[in-house]
Amino acid sequence: MNEIFEGLLKAFQLIFSGDPTVFEITLRSLYISGLATVISALWGIPIAVFLGLKDFQGRFFLKSLFKALIGIPTVALGLFFYLILSKSGPLGFLHILYYPTAIIIGEAVLITPIVVSFSANALEAVSPEIIDLAKTLGASEDQAFFAVFKEALNGILLATVASFNRAFAELGVAQMIGGNIFGFTNVLTTTIANETAKGNISLSIALSIILLTIVFGINLIVDILSKRRLEIWKWRAPHLGW
Amino acid sequence: MNMWRKMILAASITTILVISGTMVYYRYFLKRGLIISTTTSLYDTGLLEVLEKEFEATHQVDVRIISAGTGIAIQHAERGDADLVLVHSPSMEKTFLAEGVGVCRKIVAYNFFVIVGPESDPAKINGTTPVTALKRIVDYGRNQTNRIWISRGDGSGTHIKEKSLWSKAGYNDTELSREAWYASAGSGMGATLVMAEQFSAYTLSDTGTYLAYYKAGTISLKLLMSQEKDLLNVYSAIAVVPNLSANKTVHEEINFRDAIDFIKYLVSDEGQSTIEYYGKAQYGESLFHGAVKLLAQNSTSEIAQWIRDYAFFNGTECPPEYRYNQTDLYG
Repeated sequence: MNEIFEGLLKAFQLIFSGDPTVFEITLRSLYISGLATVISALWGIPIAVFLGLKDFQGRFFLKSLFKALIGIPTVALGLFFYLILSKSGPLGFLHILYYPTAIIIGEAVLITPIVVSFSANALEAVSPEIIDLAKTLGASEDQAFFAVFKEALNGILLATVASFNRAFAELGVAQMIGGNIFGFTNVLTTTIANETAKGNISLSIALSIILLTIVFGINLIVDILSKRRLEIWKWRAPHLGW
Repeated sequence: MNMWRKMILAASITTILVISGTMVYYRYFLKRGLIISTTTSLYDTGLLEVLEKEFEATHQVDVRIISAGTGIAIQHAERGDADLVLVHSPSMEKTFLAEGVGVCRKIVAYNFFVIVGPESDPAKINGTTPVTALKRIVDYGRNQTNRIWISRGDGSGTHIKEKSLWSKAGYNDTELSREAWYASAGSGMGATLVMAEQFSAYTLSDTGTYLAYYKAGTISLKLLMSQEKDLLNVYSAIAVVPNLSANKTVHEEINFRDAIDFIKYLVSDEGQSTIEYYGKAQYGESLFHGAVKLLAQNSTSEIAQWIRDYAFFNGTECPPEYRYNQTDLYG
């Protein structure tokens, strides 16, 4: 308990003194996980649209597969990427291993199932009457699609934020293919693990508190923004929103 | 669906841009990198950060250090993912040289492993030798019901040392590990020490981690044995051969030049003195000792002889066929 209290104090100390190392590590975590989220969203949403709205053979199986992939063991994924990206592996010519780029890719692959599954669910849940109504009013296929998309936007946003949270808190992949190289690929999670192994418990606790605060802060901001958006829409005529 | 195709296109373009953009930035706008693969027991003491800073102050290269267990540290190099290794397991180093991947081995530092345990020392090992101590621990362990020995159990350099000690004492540690008093932690040094603390048990540790945890108050185990020939711990630096063709698909990108420069720095007076003085301020004693002066031709100290017995191959730290023509490294 004593250590947790010490950690809390140290966290305040580090944040308000603007400790450059902690600042750099935090920024790096944000930039890596942020880019990973962007990539996974750009890929995940079209896949979710396909899964959620189009009827095809094997759809049920594919949806189950993505749901299962949410729980992929990260050390296994990290190991897989390590072997592929290693200089003696098939993608070794890219020379990405132990660069932040590798972590971005690894995390993006890790979190894409989250985006896909939740977005597909959100899109599926949109009432099919909306498409009918849109078509009655003369909408093209693209515009009808937009209508559905806007209805499902909250769910898709939730999926994206959830995937960011997952990427930001990721350790296994970041450790194995980033290497936790000081000043280059060390992120919050790998630093916490490393400092704990070295016995610097209060520093680890401080970094954990910082990590949690950031996750909470980002989630809060997104929630506030989406709530305001929702309220603006409710105020406008409750039709299809375009 | 036209919209759908546009989305996929956007995703593909962004992915390619991110990957190529970041890689162009990292490879062309940052300094050349030297990747050093080392063991956790060396890295966690913080010595390498100090050496890195000193080296980067006078060399135009970005030293990047990856720490892992000794076994995988060497594997990184075998795969071409590292340019230099800093490890402490002569048996593995010998194989590393013999398989044609490692070259230019230099012994740079040494210290001693330590056997630590509860202050009460129920097995009465204090003041004896490592082999006697282990025998006493076995006898004591078999006559009671708690776990009194924690092994690293993770194939690390420390674990390999432990196995060799058991072997020297006449035991097969795999069989011992099945007995109730022997616990295999399968963890790093810190976690193993904490476990030993919880069980009031004995364990083998490296000096650095033990001192760090002890001074921080995380453990109260006492140092019961050190400075023994059998507990000698020798660190060497080995470069990776530049034309590495392991698996025949490794791209020729080993940074040999900077690796040799780094080795030269480690054995220089400046590097050796940094190694020698590291930890003195923090712990009141050096965590490591420079090995270069000790091993100089006319040195007759006892420790020098121990190092030669333990870590030399065919009477030298690096047999001539593995020196890759770097004659100025070997006076």
